[in-house]
Amino acid sequence: MATLFRRRAQRTHVERVRHRRHEGFLRYANFRWAKISGMLCLLIVASYALVDVTPRPNGGSWYGYTLGTIGAALILWLTALGYRKRRMTSDYWSLKAWTSAHVYLGLSLIVIGTWHTGFQLGWNVHTLTWALMMLVILSGLYGVIVYATLPAVLSNNREQMTQMQMLEAIRAFDRQLHAAAQPLTAEDTAPVLAALDEDPFAGGIRARLTGRYPRCATAAALRALAGSHAADAEARGKVVGLLRQKEAALARLRRHLRLRALLEIWVYVHVPLSFALIVALSAHIVSVFFYW
Amino acid sequence: MSEAVRVAIIGSGPAGLSAAARAAQLGLSHVLLEKTDHLSDTIFKYQKGKHVMATPARLDLRSDCRFDEGSREAILGIWDEDAAANKVTVAYRAEVVEVTGEKGAFHIRTASGDTIVAEHIVLAIGTQGNPNRLRCPGNDLPHIIYQVDDPEDFRDRHITVVGSGDAGIENALGVAEEALENRVTILNRSKDFARAKAKNVSDLMEAGENGAIDIRTETQPKIVEPGWLTLETPTGDERIECDVIVARLGSVAPRAFVESMGIEFTGPDREAFPKLSPTFETTVPGIYVIGALAGYPLIKHCMNQGYDVVEFINGNNALTPADEKNLATIFANLPQQKTVGEWLDHLRVRVRIFADVSPLQMREFMLDSKLAYYPAGEVVFEKDEPGSSLFAIADGHALVEVAPGVTVPIEQGSIFGEVGLISGRKRGATIRAGEDSIFVEVSRTAALKLMGAVPGAKRVIERISLERQLLQIFKGGLRVEDLAPVIDGAEVIRVSAGKPVVVEGDAGDDVYVVRSGSMVVEKHIGGRPIFLRYLPAGSYFGEMAVLSGEKRNATVKAAVGSEVIKLTGAGFKAMLAARSQVRAATEAAVAERAAMNGFIESRKTSYTSAVDLYSDTASFIMKEGLGEATDALLIDENLCVGCDNCEKACADSHEGLSRLDREAGRTFAHLHVPTSCRHCEHPHCMADCPPNVIHRGPDGEVYMEDGCIGCGNCMRNCPYGVIRMESTPPPKPGLLSWLLLGRGPGPGEPSPQWTKANMPEGKKPKKIAVKCDMCKGIAGGPACVRACPTGAAIRVSPEEFLSVARLEEDAD
Ligand SMILES: Cc1cc2nc3c(=O)[nH]c(=O)nc-3n(C[C@H](O)[C@H](O)[C@H](O)COP(=O)(O)OP(=O)(O)OC[C@H]3O[C@@H](n4cnc5c(N)ncnc54)[C@H](O)[C@@H]3O)c2cc1C
Ligand code: HEM
Ligand code: HEM
Ligand code: SF4
Ligand code: SF4
Ligand code: SF4
Repeated sequence: MATLFRRRAQRTHVERVRHRRHEGFLRYANFRWAKISGMLCLLIVASYALVDVTPRPNGGSWYGYTLGTIGAALILWLTALGYRKRRMTSDYWSLKAWTSAHVYLGLSLIVIGTWHTGFQLGWNVHTLTWALMMLVILSGLYGVIVYATLPAVLSNNREQMTQMQMLEAIRAFDRQLHAAAQPLTAEDTAPVLAALDEDPFAGGIRARLTGRYPRCATAAALRALAGSHAADAEARGKVVGLLRQKEAALARLRRHLRLRALLEIWVYVHVPLSFALIVALSAHIVSVFFYW
Repeated sequence: MSEAVRVAIIGSGPAGLSAAARAAQLGLSHVLLEKTDHLSDTIFKYQKGKHVMATPARLDLRSDCRFDEGSREAILGIWDEDAAANKVTVAYRAEVVEVTGEKGAFHIRTASGDTIVAEHIVLAIGTQGNPNRLRCPGNDLPHIIYQVDDPEDFRDRHITVVGSGDAGIENALGVAEEALENRVTILNRSKDFARAKAKNVSDLMEAGENGAIDIRTETQPKIVEPGWLTLETPTGDERIECDVIVARLGSVAPRAFVESMGIEFTGPDREAFPKLSPTFETTVPGIYVIGALAGYPLIKHCMNQGYDVVEFINGNNALTPADEKNLATIFANLPQQKTVGEWLDHLRVRVRIFADVSPLQMREFMLDSKLAYYPAGEVVFEKDEPGSSLFAIADGHALVEVAPGVTVPIEQGSIFGEVGLISGRKRGATIRAGEDSIFVEVSRTAALKLMGAVPGAKRVIERISLERQLLQIFKGGLRVEDLAPVIDGAEVIRVSAGKPVVVEGDAGDDVYVVRSGSMVVEKHIGGRPIFLRYLPAGSYFGEMAVLSGEKRNATVKAAVGSEVIKLTGAGFKAMLAARSQVRAATEAAVAERAAMNGFIESRKTSYTSAVDLYSDTASFIMKEGLGEATDALLIDENLCVGCDNCEKACADSHEGLSRLDREAGRTFAHLHVPTSCRHCEHPHCMADCPPNVIHRGPDGEVYMEDGCIGCGNCMRNCPYGVIRMESTPPPKPGLLSWLLLGRGPGPGEPSPQWTKANMPEGKKPKKIAVKCDMCKGIAGGPACVRACPTGAAIRVSPEEFLSVARLEEDAD
């Protein structure tokens, strides 16, 4: 192409892969990886029944070794997702495709790993490896479920507001409360001031995940003012109105934080367990060679 | 009245100052008249500490004053020294209000009533103009200001902002920053904020809801007193506390003042400049115009012109312009050897669109252009390639491939590539050199400037464009001659967003071609308007009624501000009659559209909700201004887990700064339009970039090449708020050392604190414009899309997104 920018254009004119529609990772390429993973599992289950391993199917047979090696390779590859996700190389790849393959091939480990053991589970480091693997898979499954269900809820809850805007809204109510609380009696002012001091992020992990804040100072202030009989009824009415609005804004922010936490928390189980799994797997492999 | 000076220079910006310094050096009697009490007011008003850039780097500076990139303060300091060292005579607070007389004895009257007599005048007043002032009693009080340099200067005050444009809103938001504890009121004479950007309006409304700003509509200032302001409101007068009034009422462009001296402009448009000779002389002998006012907004150009103009006035006609060397390189690689001057004349004689261009303008255009030799048969560009520059044929001829193996010649002197000028979209056909040829390639911006400045060029380009556009649309052996009946009656109509061009049920048989912008087609089905189709620029509509003779069967309205070309039904029929293939092709197109309408109508009865959703989604997308997008980021919030990996990926593929804000932006039915560049068909951001560094790249991306001077014009011009002014953060440790050792801030844009703490000693952060470049040059394509783990993020054009295929799938 001969335009002003001829040279550069030739180098960068690339085939861009375009997807016209939003296609989620679960449906990616018409369930390609689900199909591949399903076939793999079927193949293993069928061959396990057909192949006659003597004396009995076991991780130590050639068949067991094969499945074990595939399993271990898969685990390392699955762990590499954390790296792929953050390494922005410029060549063509899509994290959606990776996640899709991760989920479905990860699930196939249930069959690969279990059939590898020849169903010989006991109380040893080998079974620890298997158990860790199953836990990682379970946590992953939880992840997929929240990924599939919570985004829409998150979107509905925020109603086009950003987290910053939610915080801003709360601060704005605080400012108005500060002014409106001036005429209140000292007794009525105290709970309002406590509500102003409240940090919307406080409350700890429990509150974050359940969305329940039993010690919420705003709610407490509302209760206190409702029970108050001081002579400042008009000003109190105004403050109560503002407290209600602040409570609603806080509730939105808390739901937002809760949903975000639920979408993230499982990764803090999934990833450390993955590393524990790799350690246990190494121990398993070393031990089987040692006792051979 | 004092004795006449040889030259009076009005305006002490870089252009005027440099002129005055040259005059002083040459020993000419002179005076530099400056409105304010300091030199160079435009630069004086830059933000504190702004890094001023010295582009274009390849141009040498020729001035008696120094200039190199550096902070605003350093540059102003150096100029003060240079003005003194050159013994420039400056008259401060000398705002010129009137110029009379003629060459040899101009009478220059200032606002304070003084008169200066000068033989020559150099007008270098820039383009900033004067801010409109408040008109109510008390408007001369000192607490009324017309600009906010730094919101931090205001703390704990009652501030009233008057004016509802972007400048006013931005100032109000700035001083309303919570930490400053100001009490801010903004006044708007009308009901809504129609003149401001949507982003600013929504920020303001939010600040209003939060109580940070008191928004008073249909309210104006009535009386200004120290500490108090009386307002005229719909419910009567009201007196509020007010320590500072920020008046942002727009400014009067200096054009009227310039014209009052008798100086002619090149045309009525906003883009027009004063008509100038090669020596910068206007149509009034003895008055010269230089600098931004002459259409040269870069400081270096301004300073060079200041030097040159005084040399010219002093009779030095042998002076070669400072850009001679740059022009010479443009002509260097051609088979013929000619001097720069000969080349410029050659082009003006041989190319139709350059016929009316002055030698001075010609130099300017050539600097933004390229002249290249193409051996016979070489491809100039290919069909469907994005590209927006305009080509003119200086020697030889070009061949357009209208169908495989079928070519049509374009003769010497004519142009091609003009479609890109108007719609900024893909090339419509492949073009080759028909013989050994020389083509001039003018960048889109330079071409638009040419059209603004030279009406003759504009007429030629518009006529040719229309002919070609029609040939494109109605293929099949149509020739320019056949078009005559249609084109002679054609009319270009501007339609503002949302306005209908054709209304369902009306009679009428005119045919319309979308020249720029885009249209949506709607039909009333089951009692509500249902979206049928999106028509991008280059499509046509209205042909159904011509063929069938019936009433309009759908409404077509502008999705964004657009231009359509109206062709009379009679002319169109005559054209169809002349060429039977054209008729057949048009009938086929009509049948296809009718079938699609039929499909949607049939679905509406059985799948009402799917059709309604499709239709509502389409209106949402249009409301978000995506009608003018060519490629927009859309996020499906059924899938988005909020991990912000898109933002991180963008930052990590682009100097550590993210070019999108995922969470911000509007959402409808879980479809979210984040804040990210849409690569508009007509990028607003390009409109006013002094170094002209914003371009459209080969994949349709709107990007900035190096050389941004950080003026922020593009940021203000983009209606979608997607441009940030930021300085590049320092490089961070690699990913592995973060993963394994926890070093550095991790993936994504580092926090401002980290950036500040890790900025290398002595490195001055330069804030320049930062925006999405559609991951230009990255082989894998848009990083934001690739990095989304769930597939929530996609980049599409509206026509791709709103295809009927979508509806078919949803309904199934
Ligand atoms: C925010 C911003 C950033 C920019 N950054 C850069 C940059 O980094 N590099 C760059 O090269 N360019 C930059 N520019 C562009 C550049 O500043 C201007 O184009 C340039 O200053 C124009 O110079 P000038 O001499 O023509 O006019 P101006 O600099 O506008 O000077 C005009 C002078 O005339 C005076 N005046 C006006 N009317 C009258 C009158 N009637 N009587 C007497 N005096 C009058 C004014 O007070 C003013 O001092 C930037 C522009 C802006 C707005
Ligand atoms: C997916 C990862 C793996 C899991 C979850 C896993 C788990 C197990 C379990 C639970 C057993 C049964 C232990 C028993 O007999 O009590 C077993 C046996 C065995 N595994 Fe693995 N294993 C994995 C990978 C591997 C690999 C990569 C190898 C070899 C390189 C391997 C080699 C063996 C051997 C040799 C045995 C038989 C040991 C014995 O019978 O005592 N395994 N494995
Ligand atoms: C033993 C097998 C597995 C291992 C070792 C493994 C490991 C990992 C790792 C290291 C990550 C990266 C997390 C991050 O850095 O953000 C990850 C992410 C993830 N895993 Fe697994 N995983 C396994 C199995 C599974 C399974 C079976 C599922 C689902 C059924 C699953 C679902 C996911 C999902 C949804 C993510 C998040 C992707 C993202 O948000 O980027 N994983 N896993
Ligand atoms: S920066 Fe703004 S105006 Fe420019 S192309 Fe992008 S969205 Fe359009
Ligand atoms: S890119 Fe934007 S900020 Fe930079 S010079 Fe151009 S208009 Fe100004
Ligand atoms: S396309 Fe590239 S530059 Fe544009 S927002 Fe996405 S990642 Fe950033």
